[in-house]
Amino acid sequence: MMHGNVHKIAASRCIENWFRIESLTSESESNRIVRCQEIPTPHKNGTKDCIVYIINTITCSPAQCLDASRPWLCFWILHSLELLEEPIPAAVASDVCQFLARCQSPTGGFAGGPGQHAHLAPTYAAVNALCIIGTEEAYNIIDREKLLDFLWSVKQPDGSFVMHVGGEVDVRSAYCAASVASLTNILTPKLFENTTNWILSCQNWEGGLSGVPGLEAHGGYTFCGTAALVILGKEHMLDLKALLRWVVSRQMRFEGGFQGRCNKLVDGCYSFWQAGLLPLLHRALFKEGESELSRQRWMFEQQALQEYILLCCQNPTGGLLDKPGKSRDFYHTCYCLSGLSIAQHFGNVDLHHEIILGREENRLAPTHPVYNICPEKVAQAVQHFLRLPVPDVNKQPAASAGDRPEDSASTSGSADHQS
Amino acid sequence: LAMSGVEETSNEPVNVKEDKEFDVEAEEHIGDDYFVDPTRYLFYRDRKEWADLEPVPQDDGPNPVVKIAYSEKFSDVYDYFRALLKNDERSERAFALTAEAIELNAANYTVWHYRRVLLQALSKDLREEMRYITAIIEEQPKNYQVWHHRRMVVEWLNDPSEELEFIADILSQDAKNYHAWQHRQWVIQEYKLWDNELEFVENLLEDDVRNNSAWNQRHFVISHTTGFSDPAIVEREIQYCLSQIKKAPHNESAWNYLKGMLQDRGLSSPPGLLERVLELKDTHCSPYLLAFLFDCYEDALENSNQKENVGEEERKETLRKALEICELLAQEKDTIRKEYWLYLGRSLKSKSGISSPSDESPEPSPEERD
Repeated sequence: MMHGNVHKIAASRCIENWFRIESLTSESESNRIVRCQEIPTPHKNGTKDCIVYIINTITCSPAQCLDASRPWLCFWILHSLELLEEPIPAAVASDVCQFLARCQSPTGGFAGGPGQHAHLAPTYAAVNALCIIGTEEAYNIIDREKLLDFLWSVKQPDGSFVMHVGGEVDVRSAYCAASVASLTNILTPKLFENTTNWILSCQNWEGGLSGVPGLEAHGGYTFCGTAALVILGKEHMLDLKALLRWVVSRQMRFEGGFQGRCNKLVDGCYSFWQAGLLPLLHRALFKEGESELSRQRWMFEQQALQEYILLCCQNPTGGLLDKPGKSRDFYHTCYCLSGLSIAQHFGNVDLHHEIILGREENRLAPTHPVYNICPEKVAQAVQHFLRLPVPDVNKQPAASAGDRPEDSASTSGSADHQS
Repeated sequence: LAMSGVEETSNEPVNVKEDKEFDVEAEEHIGDDYFVDPTRYLFYRDRKEWADLEPVPQDDGPNPVVKIAYSEKFSDVYDYFRALLKNDERSERAFALTAEAIELNAANYTVWHYRRVLLQALSKDLREEMRYITAIIEEQPKNYQVWHHRRMVVEWLNDPSEELEFIADILSQDAKNYHAWQHRQWVIQEYKLWDNELEFVENLLEDDVRNNSAWNQRHFVISHTTGFSDPAIVEREIQYCLSQIKKAPHNESAWNYLKGMLQDRGLSSPPGLLERVLELKDTHCSPYLLAFLFDCYEDALENSNQKENVGEEERKETLRKALEICELLAQEKDTIRKEYWLYLGRSLKSKSGISSPSDESPEPSPEERD
């Protein structure tokens, strides 16, 4: 059987150049071949032209509908490059830092774009992107005191978090909050009071977790809830056996990839959200004293997942996708590659076993199953921020994250309700 | 995640000038926009009634990354949105502009927040807002912001009377829309609209017995109304499951529901259930049936640890049957989950405390499959 190779160089060049693509009009829906040239910047010495021919479809230049998700674009692209082990040019890294600085809200946290309100999802993405870059410049962008203010402003008394002031609640928010708080060393037990119980209430009769209590178990939300509990050290409070049964049942016996919910279709992005749960559960069960865990493999069919991703989820000109017939995008590129990495690498630094389908060039860098950035970057960031003091903020959770007329519409409003 | 580009509609708000053809004093106003085509879109920068406001361009900095190719219309609308935001302007024109900004990017939660501030500050007609949000959700049903906005308006009106019908309509187009189900559960729980929901669920399951969202809703309704403690309810649900399984044996949802409903009380608790499932084994077999049998045997072993009247022989036999199923699933019937079934077998064996002379090393020899 022929195994598709990840077209690493083409893929990575494609991704890297998309940082720099000059404005292309978003009107045209027709396919055309466009030469995308890496734009030389004054401070970048020895720039070599890197001319890549790519098929330009409407998704080549990110669409307007991503205008409130630009830190996500930074993360998806940077993480894809780090998995492909393509170095980030220093100038690009610095430009990303400066851009993300403009996405940071004066009241703390990061927004979907300059001038927008802070939101937990782009906050998660921005912090991850900065940790991937991992320079002093990158770490220094984050205003930790204000970030903590922001987290308090979206904290609810019942333990949950809204995604932004005046916004919706679901379990993604707990993960985003726990992720950034733990990486930047601003985590206090009080900040996550009741959060554990709220997340636990999202585990349902199926064994997986839902976005809010009562709903259907779903891969994305299950990952977020489980990873958040791992960060809080409370994953053992889940019904791990039921969760394990649910997630292994999400691997499709024919396609080899994962579905997001029972009786729904396979999607390449669940290669990470679902398969990424297996390393988390393996570790959780190990900590509970499980003696029969494998020392070589995760409890999913690693080869079959690699086959699905390599054979069905690649765009021949670069980038990855949901399933055959769908168009490529940066989100799927990031999560298909992340899932491929999970499927290739078992264990940790001490006990490491690889299964690489196809050529050795298909090997990706390992990714951290909690944060989904490379483990070295996690360690480096944690080490950096641990040297800094935890900001001292005496706060109560916001009583209600509403849209009150007395709130200025121009700020995300760090609600400071001290009773 | 919706990755498609935002389409601009053809019904764009226009700015029509009064006819001043014969008004001499107005001659100075006669310019490019005099012979205006009423269907031509005018940028905000060219609209007289916006001339007092200085547009605010986006501050991407000198070396922007992840640049988006904004259309001229998009840039123009958002330049003016940023200006309004900066001044915290609370006006009708601001309100009207939020609709344009939303149309260009319905995922911009900052615009939605601002629109809600204006709805309250200007005491806007919330019934009209309901009509607006209904139309937007119909166009973009997989967007987080639109559903959250609808929930806020329903809360302000304290009127859920349209919700169940509206959500049913959305579900008729996509019976598994997660946002729709989330909104539905919120409405039902908040306003105590439980009465007809089980019937609604059963109709959906008639349409598609594999609709896992509907099975979830079934569990949601029952657990919040009668609960699963009453044996009569449990029996009713078991019968419902088994009858659906007979119609569609490979429907994982039905098997998951059966197990999920019983797992807290123990799968061996309903008497005769194991036998009823064994009856189906020859004619309606599936990996799910076999897994359910395994779960029954495992449950029996766990419970028999406490019971003294369960002999060692009986426990050994139960363990043997459970391990036989694991092996069957791992090697033949559910090989995609081989690693899992092998682990379960090892784990069950080790926990049962039942030793057997044929005990071998717990893990199969490692093999590199290529």
